[in-house]
Amino acid sequence: MARILLNVPKQARRGEAIEIKLLLSHPMETGQRRDETGAIVPRNIIRDVTCTYGGALVVRLELFPAISANPFLHIAARAGASGDVVLTWTDDAGLVGTETAAVEVV
Amino acid sequence: MTRRLALAACVLLSAAAPHSGYDDASPAVQAMQDDDGANPAMLWVATGRTLWDQPAGPAAQSCRTCHGPPDSLRGAAARHPATLETRINWSRTMHQGAPALPEEGEAMLSLAALVGLQSRGLPVAVARDDVMEAGAVEAGEALFTARMGQLNLSCADCHDGLAGGRLGGARIPQGRVNAYPEYRLEWQGLGGLLRRIRNCMTGVRAEPFPAASPEMASLRAYLGWRTNGLPMETPGVRP
Amino acid sequence: MNRRRLLLTGGLLVAAPWLPARATPDAVADAIRAVTGGAPLQPGRVRLDLPAMVENGNAVGMTVGLDDPAAPVRSLHVFADGNPLPNVLHAAFGPAAFRPQLATRIRLANNQTVHAVAILPDGTCWTASVDLVVTLAACLE
Repeated sequence: MARILLNVPKQARRGEAIEIKLLLSHPMETGQRRDETGAIVPRNIIRDVTCTYGGALVVRLELFPAISANPFLHIAARAGASGDVVLTWTDDAGLVGTETAAVEVV
Repeated sequence: MTRRLALAACVLLSAAAPHSGYDDASPAVQAMQDDDGANPAMLWVATGRTLWDQPAGPAAQSCRTCHGPPDSLRGAAARHPATLETRINWSRTMHQGAPALPEEGEAMLSLAALVGLQSRGLPVAVARDDVMEAGAVEAGEALFTARMGQLNLSCADCHDGLAGGRLGGARIPQGRVNAYPEYRLEWQGLGGLLRRIRNCMTGVRAEPFPAASPEMASLRAYLGWRTNGLPMETPGVRP
Repeated sequence: MNRRRLLLTGGLLVAAPWLPARATPDAVADAIRAVTGGAPLQPGRVRLDLPAMVENGNAVGMTVGLDDPAAPVRSLHVFADGNPLPNVLHAAFGPAAFRPQLATRIRLANNQTVHAVAILPDGTCWTASVDLVVTLAACLE
């Protein structure tokens, strides 16, 4: 069950930080584990995460199997004009997820 | 000299006083639990919120149909911290007329995490004469203190006698059940008390009690009662 | 190393084939060179927060950023020299970033050194490392 929890304040003061906390439900299968039959469980991790705010890039990440299961991320965007924080991620299986949260800048 | 002795006595006493496994965890693990934005268990709570409204059974009733919003169950988990899953299935089968959920499946864990969260901060208050736990607490205490497995250890040997000591990189907790279901770093996921007891019994090389056995039910009842007074932390984070 | 420890270690290696191998020093160097393009690595400017002793290697909290929270950064990179694969993450920062920093949780398989590399807008490469001891859980499933 792919879940995404995007924690973003509803309001921010101009020029200050918008703290962005992200939790993604994903096993981040490393490709190193073996199942009961001894066969390698194929790698399936979230490999790209992109965060934008007001259409501008905050950060683009390339992740590897060394990122823990159910990835957590804490970054900060600069509060310019009111806008949307948009999170997009892609995994090895081709699943794409996206989540949006609006921030009002005062 | 007396002052130093008194201080030493205080330290020893506080180490032995009943406390949550939270106190035995590292600051990093504690920080993970304290921040809902960083606690991976909240992913399951979010799923639980969706399931709360899912109709089930011949009359297509959801949890909300009878209970209203989830917070109407504030206090329920504090009375049954060790048997949440059993109680949820009781509701499902008896009131919704729906099939029981697999106790360790994603759906049950999500609902249990949601219901447990509603009692956050409340002191655990398991009644010894509860209709479901009656008799089980005594039987559970006997199991808790009985040596078992190839390592010939009882639960009490580690969780009473050696609590506060170190095993591997972690401090041995007292086996309190105020944070279930919990996100264990070891599991890389959320799990219930059943899974944890199974890990412990495997750890002493004992055959784990089957999930539906009277032994497992008694042990859970006792563990719940033994946690009385500690604040609910569900969903917890543990190493 | 006395005989008993040698036998115990040998026994562990034979009994536990799931124990992952470590990346070779060449693999780590290659991974770093892939992002720096061979530019010299200077110590400093980067901040890498990791606990020295890790309770469980499955989820280790890590913060990586610059010493100066107001300085601009082009990208941050993290490498783990004791994991089977050395790359941990690469992060490219954009104009909407407030600070040159991110926090996440990583997996560490063995005692090892984690390296952070920051590439600044002027193209210079800076590095910092943390040595860690990783312990395993006592009661496995």
